[in-house]
Amino acid sequence: MAITKEAIKTFGLTEEQLLEMHYKMLLARAVSVRQRVLQRMGKGPMTFSGEGHEAVQVGTAFALRPGRDWVFAYYRDVAVALTVGMTPVEILRGFFARRDDISSGGRNMPSHFSHPDLRIVSGSAPIATQIPHAVGAALAAKLRKLDEISVAYFGDGATSTGDWHESMNFAGVHKLPMVFVCEFNGYAISVPWRKQAAIENVAVRAAGYGFPGVTLNGNDVLEVYGAMTEAVKRARSGEGPTLIEAKTYRLQPHSSDDDDRRYRTREEVEQWAQKDPIVVFAMSLHELGVLDDKSEQELNDRVNREVDEATDKVEQESTPEPESALRHVFVEGGASNG
Amino acid sequence: MAEKNMVEAIHDAMFEEMKRDDRIIVMGEDVGEGGVFRATDGFVAEFGEERCMDTPLAESCIVGAAIGASLNGIIPIAEIQFADFSHPAFDQLVSEAARLHYRSNGTWSCPIVVRTPYGSGIHGGPYHSQSIEAFYAHVPGLKVICVASPYDAKGLLKSAIRDPNPVVFLEHKKAYRAFRQEIPDGDYTIPIGQAETKREGSDISLITYGMMTHHSLKAAETLEQEDGTSVEVIDLRTVSPWDKERVLGSVKKTGKALIVYEDNITGGFGAEVAATIAQDAFDYLDGPVTRVASPDVPISPYSGILEEYILPNPEKIAEAIRKLAAY
Amino acid sequence: MVSVKEITGAEGLSRDQLLDLYYKMLLARTVGQRERMLNRMGKGPFAVTGEGHEALQVGTAYPLKPGHDWIVPYYRDIGVALTIGQTPLDLLLAHLSREGDISSGGRNMPSHFSDPRLHIVSGSAPVATHFPHAAGIALASKLRGLDELSVCYTGDGGTSTGDCHEAMNFAGVHKLPVIFVIENNQYAISVHVRKQFAVEDISIRAEGYGFPGVTVDGNDVLAVYAAMKEAVDRARRGDGATLIEGKTYRLVPHTSDDDDRRYRSREEVEEWTGKDPLVRYRNWLKENDVADEAKLDSLHEHAAREVDEATEQAEKAPTPKPESALDHVLIEERLAG
Ligand SMILES: Cc1ncc(C[n+]2csc(CCOP(=O)(O)OP(=O)(O)O)c2C)c(N)n1
Ligand SMILES: Cc1ncc(C[n+]2csc(CCOP(=O)(O)OP(=O)(O)O)c2C)c(N)n1
Ligand SMILES: [Mg+2]
Ligand SMILES: [Mg+2]
Repeated sequence: MAITKEAIKTFGLTEEQLLEMHYKMLLARAVSVRQRVLQRMGKGPMTFSGEGHEAVQVGTAFALRPGRDWVFAYYRDVAVALTVGMTPVEILRGFFARRDDISSGGRNMPSHFSHPDLRIVSGSAPIATQIPHAVGAALAAKLRKLDEISVAYFGDGATSTGDWHESMNFAGVHKLPMVFVCEFNGYAISVPWRKQAAIENVAVRAAGYGFPGVTLNGNDVLEVYGAMTEAVKRARSGEGPTLIEAKTYRLQPHSSDDDDRRYRTREEVEQWAQKDPIVVFAMSLHELGVLDDKSEQELNDRVNREVDEATDKVEQESTPEPESALRHVFVEGGASNG
Repeated sequence: MAEKNMVEAIHDAMFEEMKRDDRIIVMGEDVGEGGVFRATDGFVAEFGEERCMDTPLAESCIVGAAIGASLNGIIPIAEIQFADFSHPAFDQLVSEAARLHYRSNGTWSCPIVVRTPYGSGIHGGPYHSQSIEAFYAHVPGLKVICVASPYDAKGLLKSAIRDPNPVVFLEHKKAYRAFRQEIPDGDYTIPIGQAETKREGSDISLITYGMMTHHSLKAAETLEQEDGTSVEVIDLRTVSPWDKERVLGSVKKTGKALIVYEDNITGGFGAEVAATIAQDAFDYLDGPVTRVASPDVPISPYSGILEEYILPNPEKIAEAIRKLAAY
Repeated sequence: MVSVKEITGAEGLSRDQLLDLYYKMLLARTVGQRERMLNRMGKGPFAVTGEGHEALQVGTAYPLKPGHDWIVPYYRDIGVALTIGQTPLDLLLAHLSREGDISSGGRNMPSHFSDPRLHIVSGSAPVATHFPHAAGIALASKLRGLDELSVCYTGDGGTSTGDCHEAMNFAGVHKLPVIFVIENNQYAISVHVRKQFAVEDISIRAEGYGFPGVTVDGNDVLAVYAAMKEAVDRARRGDGATLIEGKTYRLVPHTSDDDDRRYRSREEVEEWTGKDPLVRYRNWLKENDVADEAKLDSLHEHAAREVDEATEQAEKAPTPKPESALDHVLIEERLAG
């Protein structure tokens, strides 16, 4: 979908919103880059990068109501977290495993986003286990007749798991208010999609669960936003789930422990770098006259400043008390449902 | 007061709780038509299909969706048809339910109950007989209850439903209809983590839980009559957290500990009890800390002949008591 | 050799084969009925049988090479086991858990078929855990360059499990010689298919794994046979997996512990009894002059006699030695009693 004025009008997006999307994408990129740099400097043992996925993540999260809709993110979703409302400070506290890390207080790996007020739900590391939780939250919304929806994010590798299948099936049977978002980057660590499944587009599977699936260009934030808006509308109006498969590419290795040169050619990576969703969107915004060189520079400066300040701040912050490792195994203080 | 069997008691516990709190739902396979053991008989008529929900045959998603629903204002009781079929949901229980609160530094919690019939002795073969308590008792963040009598089942299930933590609630299926017991009319609960001394005694402390409580009581009676040995029988009722104080107190009194469990002897929950007694009551012991349990073969073969050979029974327990009493 | 006129609609099967199909169906029905009767008489604590599924079971097993192809069945597959070569005696020894029970020596529940000589693979009770085994067996065939294929059976409920998905996906990726047969009898115990999945035909899912899926009338043995034949040919050619869904109905409760009146109307059961695959095939055989009434009756008698004899023999067979419960935890290891 070409980004034209008309197209934008159909989405009902204002110039401010377009700039906001762009800002979130830039911010996510900068936070990812910063974490990679800090990790190489030895300031944190590990990092996951979301670079390349910003259009899928911002495009989908932008269609949600922060703090009302439920977000079940996975480790690549830094831009989802930022779009829904987490701050670079909050993300970096996770990276540095600081005491005040809202996601986990230094218990989970970085990029395992959690924020109860924003309804970003804590996840684990086993792939796809968060998807049944998204189903459960949607089920609860339906039972309680709330107009909240829930969104499950996952990669292409996750679609091979039993939990993915069981969840898609359950959501289909109960016509749940939810959206399944597959961030299809063609790899599960080193395993290419052709070894993951014998089909081109995983979206075809949605038909087997009785709801629609769409495949789209995940590097086009507005195309993603358009499809997500549709899916959200369907979910909210009780028509049931949608599977969105957004084709994209991760521009960096899987994690700081990975060397992707073993399994991806530099040409392939270069090709996708040409389609960098942030560059593509910035160009469109220029063409539309929403962005010019000056405002782009200002935006970039703002993002860098924000990430610099967040880094400085968080680096100074306290680490967790060692004995806090013993806390929160069970709910404290004798709370009860009774 | 009315006499109830254990399935009825469990039925009543859920029924009353669902009446009290409309956030509570039941979900699982066949629960809509009452469940294969009839624990949700009449629930659809009373509460509707949404609060007594048949799920697809997918245990991981049953537990996973229960977790998700619990985050959003629902208190789910997930029924797994047989404990043996909870294994597909192991990941959801161990990686998710048990760790969610901890990994989020206490900011998320998941008040779910996973109810499931467990245990052997009913010709269930190797897949309708397993004891699974040791798997889950090993995992911090889960509470694990083992019941085998109507009164305990009702009181503990109510506590489990009201507990803000994930609870694995194991119901010994051989005990479902084997006993009837007077149940008070009003609401009552039994605290999770509290053992009960089902029989006072002075010579030997017998620590057990589940169906083995009944077998142990029988053996204790026999020993009293035939040998004059006085056996104190403690039913743990909850294996995680478990009532160390009561157990240690009793062992310090009698100086002898016999631990009886149905599970395989190696790594069964009784091994933890034995280790704790050995460590914390060493100075008081007058004999070896002894265990009676099933040998290390898959529990349990289908043939009644093979099954009986494997499982602990009152005779095997009595023999172990005699041996220990001789010290 | 006498040239045989091809019988229209017989899918290339000879008269003898057509009658053999019928006999296998009859035998399966008779064994199922016998096991339930023995259970009611208190002679076996549990029975799970397949009455109603015979066309689907015999029709899918018939194009296979017994002892060569691999069978990964589920508990309802009496008709599969018999078609591949287990005898009524084998099944009844398991039903009564006798020492000579080839399936498990009295360890597994009845109808958990296993027979290494026939490549029938022992299964457990958790639904669909055998799916990955079937995929793995087919993978081995492929890696070893053998032309053996593997067939995995389950019910409609089994399709909801994670294992089912993971195995089908795996089979698709590696183009494995495996056939997934779904015996869709519209219920998983009491749960109707409409609560199991939100699609009409589960075969549609095959597309999502990159291989064909077909839905057939599971009460039409020849239609089942034809669909299976095609899938078998495909698998042997190296073209990969197929999913076959047969729509059918179990004419009896789920197991001896189940009371299906709680969830199925008698009218519904009655309606499906009217579509009994045995009656239907019997009529076809008569209409197509494959056999007359007398011949078909003699087959019934033969089946009844075979099962009577097997019952008698099984009841006389010795029970397992109690200490044998300790055998076979690990290979060559015996635990101290
Ligand atoms: C159940 C499980 N198996 C294996 C892993 C190790 N692992 C971590 S990420 C990953 C690949 C996931 O790929 P995909 O779902 O495509 O997401 P992506 O990283 O490409 O965004 C694997 C295999 C895991 N975390 N969990
Ligand atoms: C993992 C697992 N969950 C639950 C059960 C209990 N159970 C046994 S058979 C069955 C229904 C299976 O239905 P379906 O797959 O349609 O086969 P059918 O019995 O109808 O032939 C259930 C729920 C089980 N055996 N395994
Ligand atoms: Mg990927
Ligand atoms: Mg079925």
